Amino acid sequence: MSARILVVAEHDGTRLNPSTAKCVSCAGTLAGAEIVVAVCAADAAAVAAQAAQLAGVSRVLTVENPANRHALAAVLAPQVVALAAPFSHVLGPSTTFGKDLMARVAGLLDAPQVSDIMAIESAQRFRRPIYAGNAILTVELAGGGKVVGTVRAASFEAAATGGSAPIEKVALHLELPTHTRFVSVSAAKTDRPDLQTARRVISGGRALGSADGFKILYSLADKIGAAVGASRAAVDAGYAPNEMQVGQTGKIIAPELYVAVGISGAIQHLTGIKDARTIVAINKDGEAPIFEVADFGLVGDLFQIIPEIEKLVG
Amino acid sequence: MKRILVGIKRVVDYNVRIRVKPDGSGVAIDGVKMSINPFDEIALEEALRIRERGGADEVLAASVGPADCQQQLRTALAMGADRALHVQADGVLEPLVVARALLKLVEREQPLLVILGKQAIDDDNGQTGQLLAALWNRPQATYASKLELADGSARVTREVDAGLETLEVDLPAVVTTDLRLNEPRYVKLPDIMKAKKKPLDTLGLEALGVSPRQQLRLVRFEPPPQRQKGIRVKDAAELVAALKKKGLL
Ligand SMILES: Cc1cc2nc3c(=O)[nH]c(=O)nc-3n(C[C@H](O)[C@H](O)[C@H](O)COP(=O)(O)OP(=O)(O)OC[C@H]3O[C@@H](n4cnc5c(N)ncnc54)[C@H](O)[C@@H]3O)c2cc1C
Ligand SMILES: Nc1ncnc2c1ncn2[C@@H]1O[C@H](COP(=O)(O)O)[C@@H](O)[C@H]1O
Repeated sequence: MSARILVVAEHDGTRLNPSTAKCVSCAGTLAGAEIVVAVCAADAAAVAAQAAQLAGVSRVLTVENPANRHALAAVLAPQVVALAAPFSHVLGPSTTFGKDLMARVAGLLDAPQVSDIMAIESAQRFRRPIYAGNAILTVELAGGGKVVGTVRAASFEAAATGGSAPIEKVALHLELPTHTRFVSVSAAKTDRPDLQTARRVISGGRALGSADGFKILYSLADKIGAAVGASRAAVDAGYAPNEMQVGQTGKIIAPELYVAVGISGAIQHLTGIKDARTIVAINKDGEAPIFEVADFGLVGDLFQIIPEIEKLVG
Repeated sequence: MKRILVGIKRVVDYNVRIRVKPDGSGVAIDGVKMSINPFDEIALEEALRIRERGGADEVLAASVGPADCQQQLRTALAMGADRALHVQADGVLEPLVVARALLKLVEREQPLLVILGKQAIDDDNGQTGQLLAALWNRPQATYASKLELADGSARVTREVDAGLETLEVDLPAVVTTDLRLNEPRYVKLPDIMKAKKKPLDTLGLEALGVSPRQQLRLVRFEPPPQRQKGIRVKDAAELVAALKKKGLL
């Protein structure tokens, strides 16, 4: 029997999040799988149209409900469960949206969940990192039931576009919970590329010393079209907002170029950049562990080096 | 009685560099330092602060696992938990089994709030809180960086990919902690002595009515691929030239 995979779309009401294209490409590594994307939204048209273009998608299901205006796991989970019946796999991205939602779906389905799938070896076999990426575990579904998964986006290229899958409206008659209510969201507005999909990322650590110190990174980033990230120490100290944290418990990214500035290279940070194509480390301590993983290492004072680099690329 | 239940998972300390056993059967954890999962320390700290502000009467620490978990529960008692519950269970414990065990404790203890970590740093699953909330049919507020209790509800600020999101949830609810929620206190020596007298009860997993079923077989553990060691450049000019040559700038 071939696999039937339901991919839960992440979106903001108008744009499909790039993580969904990565879930589709993960699903597509399973030969012969039927891939269906579910869009739960207040108004699904725009997002569904984008999902329908992803290569490999055979159908897009839309569920429209005003309660879906903000992505609340408790509200979305019963809807995903209602759609899940004919599927063998239910996948979502390993983003805060997907991690929050998919485990609730797994709970309602009483199904096992495989978190952070980095490879699908067969319909029952998956590979995932554990211990902050210090070990890779292969797991196999023991029974024949459904499996829920979150997809480690950094392990997959986005699915191509150019498809034109049919879009089907699904009417669900569910009583959705009202015990969880959206209040507000504060997201920094920035013109810089999104950290999770940027081709180039410059990250700063504790060494930047202040929020002001980060300005030299923003300035260089803007010159080369990079996103800016941060270590946990820099976020904890208030130099950078939480959404910039890269690492085991922050964002896992796979840019072509990663520049670690004044970051020591703790294991929890390195987990977040394992899939970066090229890593550059700038640190005044030549013994810092970041140099063990860096393709290019430069020992010196960042406050001198960063402005120099900016001049050279300008 | 207004109670807060906190999950305490025993894990390999975050400073330990773990190694995969050569035969691929697991990771070598014999004799390494074990600790409370860092996110659970944050959960406990938050519960203690709520109690200290008068928002709760009792903080209960719960751990599911082998007898050794009692060490971490004792540490939790020393930090300030009032009581500890140990659910004795050996072998591989999947998040769904842990969530079912915690649900049984929730049904017995009727907490107003359950605080768990957002993820355990050994298996990195990040599932248990959401599973418990689903099974319990109650709200969840994951990745909390701020938690304010009101009468019958809680306001939780969450660290999400876009920034910070605030939710309001009816109580009882499950909250999972992120790093910025608080900084856990240190345990003081006299408190370790006092903790020995605090109640720690052990229950059996199956006696609670939870079957230790394992739905995912652990096939193989492997070390991650190693990155090639790179080169040192002498200055900014050499670095920029090298990156330009690779087409990265
Ligand atoms: C449960 C848990 C989860 C965690 N999750 C994450 C995570 O997701 N992401 C993460 O990053 N960390 C995480 N950490 C924290 C991690 O262990 C480290 O503490 C953190 O990454 C250190 O940040 P840092 O490198 O900025 O600071 P430090 O380790 O203090 O390093 C600062 C570096 O800057 C260098 N430096 C100082 N001045 C200069 C200068 N003028 N020029 C150049 N270099 C300079 C120093 O030599 C040093 O190497 C986690 C920890 C725990 C316990
Ligand atoms: N065996 C356990 N005993 C007590 N709490 C646990 C256990 N396993 C997981 N938890 C709780 O669930 C959180 C998330 O764990 P996980 O889903 O395994 O990543 C942990 O931070 C704990 O608060």
